[in-house]
Amino acid sequence: MGATALRNKPAPVSAPNDAIVEVRGICKTYGNVEALRGVDLDFPRGKLTSLLGPSGCGKTTLLKIIAGLIEADAGTVTIDGKPVKGPGPERAFVFQDFALMPWATVLRNVAFGLELRRRARAEREEIARRYIAQVGLAGFEDKYPHELSGGMRQRVGLARALSVDAEVLLLDEPFSAVDEQNRRKFQEDLIRLRTQENKTFIFVTHSIEEAVYISDRIVLLSPRPGRVSRIIEPEIDRSGDPDRIHRDKHYLDTVEEIWQGLKQYVE
Amino acid sequence: MATNIRLEGEAGGLALPLRRDAVGWQDRPILLRLISIALFAAIWEIAGLIPVSFAFPTFSDTLVAFFGLLADGSLPSAYLSTLQPLVVGVVLSAFLGVGIGTICGLSRTGEWLIVPVFIVLQSAPVAAFIPLVTFVYGIGMTAKVLAVMILALPVIVLNTYKAVRNVNGSLLSMCRSFLGTRWQSISKIILPDASPVIFAGLRLGVAAGFVGVVLAELLITPTGIGDVITFHRSRADYAEMYATIASIIALSTLTLVFLQWVEVRVFRPEKRGR
Ligand SMILES: Nc1ncnc2c1ncn2[C@@H]1O[C@H](COP(=O)(O)OP(=O)(O)OP(=O)(O)O)[C@@H](O)[C@H]1O
Ligand SMILES: [Mg+2]
Repeated sequence: MGATALRNKPAPVSAPNDAIVEVRGICKTYGNVEALRGVDLDFPRGKLTSLLGPSGCGKTTLLKIIAGLIEADAGTVTIDGKPVKGPGPERAFVFQDFALMPWATVLRNVAFGLELRRRARAEREEIARRYIAQVGLAGFEDKYPHELSGGMRQRVGLARALSVDAEVLLLDEPFSAVDEQNRRKFQEDLIRLRTQENKTFIFVTHSIEEAVYISDRIVLLSPRPGRVSRIIEPEIDRSGDPDRIHRDKHYLDTVEEIWQGLKQYVE
Repeated sequence: MATNIRLEGEAGGLALPLRRDAVGWQDRPILLRLISIALFAAIWEIAGLIPVSFAFPTFSDTLVAFFGLLADGSLPSAYLSTLQPLVVGVVLSAFLGVGIGTICGLSRTGEWLIVPVFIVLQSAPVAAFIPLVTFVYGIGMTAKVLAVMILALPVIVLNTYKAVRNVNGSLLSMCRSFLGTRWQSISKIILPDASPVIFAGLRLGVAAGFVGVVLAELLITPTGIGDVITFHRSRADYAEMYATIASIIALSTLTLVFLQWVEVRVFRPEKRGR
């Protein structure tokens, strides 16, 4: 696994303009609700960027426009310079409501992206087994979703997205249906996965703590209409003990700073 | 393949013991069903002994008559002729119905054009059309197949249509986001997701098909099972008549059970053992 990571990464000395996803002038209106207005954003390669903002500020809408699942009214999204016209192989989505097929086993669910790409059964199952193990679900390959807890189901969704080997992972509040203990565990796993897999993560959340804990970059969105209000780069050292980070002064300050910025929208 | 099946069995075995402990006697549904049938037979026997009507035979008389009809070959040959239009009609209805229903569920045009026709057909007393069918198609095989289809098709189409219409939207966008083609989303998401409701429609459709074929044989031409019933009624052999009627009810029930087995086996493996 380490070898893959090394091969994929031709040592980009994180130049600030090395953006894999570029969002330019995106506008989206549903009926008379203006969900997004003139959103410009760059998502740096190999980083985890969070979209953070109060409910209804257009986070899901923006993520689905990047995924190619919703069409914008104006503006463009490019991935590596190529404009997005619909879903593509370089992006994979992790759904807020898991979106697992109840009639399929964990193994088939995880391998489903490869099944749709008509990969041979043995090959796709081998890849799926590897990612199932990586998200900590080894031994559950032949279970059905209704036999799993919410946290385990979300891991299946994550393994499915990882197994198609997309460069950009789009996660829509992946932990919102998961209890607090599992959430912590899951966040730590995500940090570990991110260092292993060297992929670009775009992560929607409405938890400030979560955003600060896991992100390289936090995009604050303001509501009605949704626009970018601020961009914050927490620069937290995550190498040490996770519990230490939660007590880290810089971590707490950043959380407080963001809360002060967002407070005005919550009233 | 072989390992897969074994592992699935294990997974089921792991999930079940908890439930078994809690429920106890319910883990032997076959025994319960047998008791239920025995109870039914006992009540029938008593009702026949009272008797509720001079034309109502006891269960044991009916059973004897049944074996008599089997032995003299009249029942097997009757079934041979009844089953042909029935099977053809039901199979055609199943495929056409699921096909038409899927199209209606997927396309607005199909929905507006076709669904109203089947809503009317389902609410109309369609048995009244059967003499009309005879008038147009005569008394042959075609007429009987049509009689089966008139009764079976509407419920299959409408159930399929409703199920496809209400397919889980989040699974559809999942399929799209992982680059599923339109055809893949139909075959891998829409049909499996809709299969419980489609199968409910198929079961109702098959039951209606049985009604259709018996009606056709009673109303159009006395052949097959219809003939056996009419014949024994005219001779006041009520035990034989009831035996024939009960046999077709039993056959219809067995077909429905088989259909359910196919559904769980092929389309919704997660419901196995639940
Ligand atoms: N399909 C739709 N039809 C009409 N309005 C919509 C639709 N989807 C979203 N909206 C509206 O657009 C706005 C942004 O929605 P969106 O789901 O993107 O918000 P969000 O930031 O993801 O919110 P949450 O945190 O609650 O998930 C909301 O005001 C919502 O009511
Ligand atoms: Mg949302």
